[in-house]
Amino acid sequence: MNIHEYQAKQIFAKYGVPAPRGFIANTPAQALKNAQELGGKVWVVKAQIHAGGRGLGGGVKIVHSLSDVKKAATELLGMTLVTHQTGPEGKLVRKVYVEEGIKIVDELYLSIVLDRAIEMPIILALKEGGVDIETVAAKSPEKIIKIPIDPDFGYQGYQGRELVFALGIKDKREQYKLQNFVKALYNLYIENDVQMVEINPLVKTKTGSFLALDAKLQFDDSAMARHPEFEEMRDIHEENADEREASLYGLSYISLEGEIGCMVNGAGLAMGTMDTINYMGGNPANFLDVGGNANPEAVAKGFEIILRNKNVKAIFINIFGGIVRCDRIANGIIEATKTVEVNVPVVVRLDGTNAIEAADILRHANIDNIITATDLADGAKKAVEAANNSQGTK
Amino acid sequence: MAILIDKNTKVIVQGFTGREATFHSQQCIDYGTQIVGGVTPNKGGQVHLDLPVFNMVSEAVEATGATASMIFVPPAFVSDAIMEAAVAGIKLAVIITEGSPTLDMQAAKACANKYGMMMIGPNCPGIISADQCKIGIMPGNIFKKGSVGLISKSGTLTYEGANQVCNEGFGITTAVGIGGDPIIGLSFKQLLQMFEEDKDTKAIVMIGEIGGDLEIQAAQYIKDNIKKPIVAFIAGQTAPEGKRMGHAGAIISGTTGTAKEKMEALSEAGVTVVATPALIGKAVKEVLTTQ
Repeated sequence: MNIHEYQAKQIFAKYGVPAPRGFIANTPAQALKNAQELGGKVWVVKAQIHAGGRGLGGGVKIVHSLSDVKKAATELLGMTLVTHQTGPEGKLVRKVYVEEGIKIVDELYLSIVLDRAIEMPIILALKEGGVDIETVAAKSPEKIIKIPIDPDFGYQGYQGRELVFALGIKDKREQYKLQNFVKALYNLYIENDVQMVEINPLVKTKTGSFLALDAKLQFDDSAMARHPEFEEMRDIHEENADEREASLYGLSYISLEGEIGCMVNGAGLAMGTMDTINYMGGNPANFLDVGGNANPEAVAKGFEIILRNKNVKAIFINIFGGIVRCDRIANGIIEATKTVEVNVPVVVRLDGTNAIEAADILRHANIDNIITATDLADGAKKAVEAANNSQGTK
Repeated sequence: MAILIDKNTKVIVQGFTGREATFHSQQCIDYGTQIVGGVTPNKGGQVHLDLPVFNMVSEAVEATGATASMIFVPPAFVSDAIMEAAVAGIKLAVIITEGSPTLDMQAAKACANKYGMMMIGPNCPGIISADQCKIGIMPGNIFKKGSVGLISKSGTLTYEGANQVCNEGFGITTAVGIGGDPIIGLSFKQLLQMFEEDKDTKAIVMIGEIGGDLEIQAAQYIKDNIKKPIVAFIAGQTAPEGKRMGHAGAIISGTTGTAKEKMEALSEAGVTVVATPALIGKAVKEVLTTQ
């Protein structure tokens, strides 16, 4: 789960990770009030959306007067911000964060993530801030400072020293401040089931302090049950409505660009089905894993969500029954067609547990749009053909 | 022959009396697995599925001589259960449960390593040695006995792959679902080595997916150590970047972990890489008949 910058900075404050002072606002009037409370002569008004690249997209405004604070907030609130991470549709700005302006002398990059290869958290740092870490990793990986931390032993002083020496920080006072910074950040990471924390840029001020100018926090979804306080930070506007609705029915759904809707059991087979559609010359319109408990309501909901996408010209249902019994899926499909108008061809491949019974059930139901398939390749091929011949949803 | 488990393996079930555990334990018993008892705290002394229930894994191990455990406890208790099994002297833990926190698994794996316990999973369908022993939730009837070893990150792709191998007239020695989480127990590398040493296994199918670099590590290992033919499929060629596709580990971040990268690495290591799981059976037939 992702949270907003201002929320991440609230958690930073609890752990003693320094950041500029700031307040959140959802109206221009509130933004003005926030700036007055902060005082000073320079403010930064930042759009709060769950995507990087806000500065380049025009979502961060540096202003030098209170009237400009209000003007910037008015411009940002309600605007659709497009960055390289939002996709072309962009994201609606509902809140702005008003922060005190900072005199910056240097910018760095700092993050902590799980390194899956060594199975432990790793600190990543760069001498430059505000850069795209993926680009650096691809073009000049040697620039990335990497310091793994074994959670069995925890953060140790030498790891902090390694970091400051690698960053070329010579001033002892500055070394001390940055070591404390990173130690606090590691504590925050390890105590809160953080999946990734990224500070880009981390800035050095004129007075030799280090501040988190930006903050990105991502939690391990599997650990949310033990952090109810973070659940309250969830911003449902930032989540895809269809994906969220699907999850309430135990479905895992992700919308894609193609024309063939997919309904599959198991994440791996769902991806494998998408790949097979692609191999046969078609394009998947979505990823949809119905999971292990595919009941008629869930299947009906799956149809409903798939068909909301007007690009869908055919649906491929691919079930390999293990725990999921195929006859139940077949009944689910029949029930679903009674409640949802399915006006595109549906190719059905049911294999595994009770597949023969399922085939009988479908045959006797005599549903117009249903095309049966014998195996994965056959099903994908028929789905691509059906999509090519179909007019699509009206 | 088979790897990891056979007809002599004695198995206990942690979280034995729960609904899912009860159903799947019965299925395993029906398949022929020697389930010798189970553990549910505060139910020690009871009898479940005609088998003894214990309060602690240590008691179960002492009373039954079990060396393997199938773990069905809820996600929040998985690391606890793994550590209890490891300290009690279990040699192989198969963790079916899905949705355990990553940091919990990190600690549990460190403990398992320290006590010399092998782990399969979490969030996996388990292990099956055809016609001998099943510790897991896969439908046993798909896995006909034969000469192909199978390793897969995905449950349903394990069934898909095994089914195709059997439909082509070959069968399975052992199939292992290793799970797709960011931190898992045994991985491709160790299991490939076991299949290499197993005299009944003539070919190996490996099914990976986007995210992490286990398949890349495996490719490097295959080059130097594995002589048996391998057929591989990597799920997620059409997955968009940065999206979580069901499995927590299947996130492509930047340039690492893409299906393309993994397929290329495996091809270079001499593996027969197929573009769709629909071709697994045919590819196995090809590598086994052209030998």
